[in-house]
Amino acid sequence: MMALVIAGREFRTLFLSPLAWTMLGIIQFILAFMFLAQLDYYLMIQPRIAGMEEAPGVTDSIIAPLFGNAGIILMLVTPLLTMRLISEERRNKTLTLLFTAPVSMTEIVLGKYLGVLGFLLLIVGMILLMPLSLLLGGALDMGKLAACVLGLSLLLAGFAAVGLYMSALTAQPTVAAVSTFGILLMLWILDWSSQSGSSGASVLQYLSLLRHYEGLLRGWVSTTDVLYFILFITTFLVLSVHRLDHDRLQK
Amino acid sequence: MPHGHLVLIRRNNMQKLIEVEQLTRYYGDHCAVNNVSFALEKGEILGFLGPNGAGKTSTMQMICGNLAPTSGQVLINGIDMLDQPKEAKRALGYLPEIPPVYRDLTVDEFLGYCARLHGIPMERRQKALDQARERTGLKDVADRLIGNLSKGYQQRVGIAQAIVHMPDVIILDEPTVGLDPIQIREIRELIRDLGQEHGVILSTHILSEVQESCTRVQIIHQGRLVFNDRIEGLEQQMRASSLLLATARTPDLEVMALMPPIQRIDDLGDHHYRIFHDKTEDPSESLAALVVNSGWGLRELMPERCSMEQIFIDITRTPISAEEQIP
Repeated sequence: MMALVIAGREFRTLFLSPLAWTMLGIIQFILAFMFLAQLDYYLMIQPRIAGMEEAPGVTDSIIAPLFGNAGIILMLVTPLLTMRLISEERRNKTLTLLFTAPVSMTEIVLGKYLGVLGFLLLIVGMILLMPLSLLLGGALDMGKLAACVLGLSLLLAGFAAVGLYMSALTAQPTVAAVSTFGILLMLWILDWSSQSGSSGASVLQYLSLLRHYEGLLRGWVSTTDVLYFILFITTFLVLSVHRLDHDRLQK
Repeated sequence: MPHGHLVLIRRNNMQKLIEVEQLTRYYGDHCAVNNVSFALEKGEILGFLGPNGAGKTSTMQMICGNLAPTSGQVLINGIDMLDQPKEAKRALGYLPEIPPVYRDLTVDEFLGYCARLHGIPMERRQKALDQARERTGLKDVADRLIGNLSKGYQQRVGIAQAIVHMPDVIILDEPTVGLDPIQIREIRELIRDLGQEHGVILSTHILSEVQESCTRVQIIHQGRLVFNDRIEGLEQQMRASSLLLATARTPDLEVMALMPPIQRIDDLGDHHYRIFHDKTEDPSESLAALVVNSGWGLRELMPERCSMEQIFIDITRTPISAEEQIP
């Protein structure tokens, strides 16, 4: 309940600065550009693949790449959204307000998290409008689209959890942003090394965010992938609660 | 904790708003707060004095649950801050040194958020907001961004934030820093006003503030409580032990010095004298009679008050030995 109060403020505050509006605009613009390019390409090759057996459909050739690109672009953008969450409050000494209010550390962390997650889901909603516009001219594989939306939502929820934790570690928003980006990129490309075929490769492959996201983009909603994201999110949220409690225990 | 137990604790401490017991806090090896115990009752305004770095802020942060004590206990309204922080914090309003305000919200938005954080139900929220704004004189700036307000107004927003949920205990850390004299007077009046229905702890290093608004004084020094008394007790300590005398003609100091309570006479030049006397006896009446009867021409006779600064410095200058402690 209290978490929602904090989330509500967090969400509204995002729109008080031009940052959120700029992000929504730019992300939409870039992705729309990519979407249209993909659409053009599909229309070009459509006559050639029309006769093929098991030809890739609209969903596979337009929507999955769109969501794939969205994942990468949002990896760059999410750190900017999450960097202020706790670090700025710590720097401005406004955390005291939350610490003195009858609110638990878990509620503070959840509130902050849900606030930024709400914004990220709004972005997902905006991206979703693009594939839906295709319904005007044809049919889509709704199951695959749903898997893509689920995948992107889980991915962004994961990004936000890392960002929140990094923000809880420091009093400098920029430090939080840079380290969040570093970790996300690392987790993204972790499986590049797995081509070497060494013994640790499969572990690294398993840890990679990209692996689990790709599975969902192909329309395979496997419990492993979903569970991976849920564990990932929970881990970083629990770490954030601990880190915030550390402020109280020892300064 | 079983429900019955809780009720029992509440009843036992009905009138004690805050009970602090043997509170100790270490930062690494450095002991910032050392075995501090005190209690605050309803209707009291407690002045918390101490030089910078004496442990005032740490103590306040511990009372407010912003800092975990190394050892000791804090009870707010009989509820343990460490065991049940959420319940205990409901009865608390805290203004830290730097007012915790969001600069990108308007005064109303911010206070509304604080009210929601403290779980004030929707129907009472508007009334609570109105009241807090009224008391802190924020009515005219309700729709302005906090970031655009002057320091004094931001401080008021900070105070409004601490009182919006009508807490039993209000803790103010240096609330008048950076305000102009008129604002300081207003804030002091507000504090006195708040002291009627709430318990207030006021930390400051401005001594006149304590004299004006507090009913009780505590001096903390090097993490220890070195003085804890009602304001009357402090004034007792300030009672004069010297008189200033000015005469028209040169008096015979030898004769004056013969009066029993007088211990020493300093000649300040130009027929001005400082007369030190026994604290328990006031020689001014007999001295006046002597000066007049001897025809020295009495111009001034004034008891000198030992200033609060003097007492404060006397108390805090001496390093504390281990035995010396307020029980």
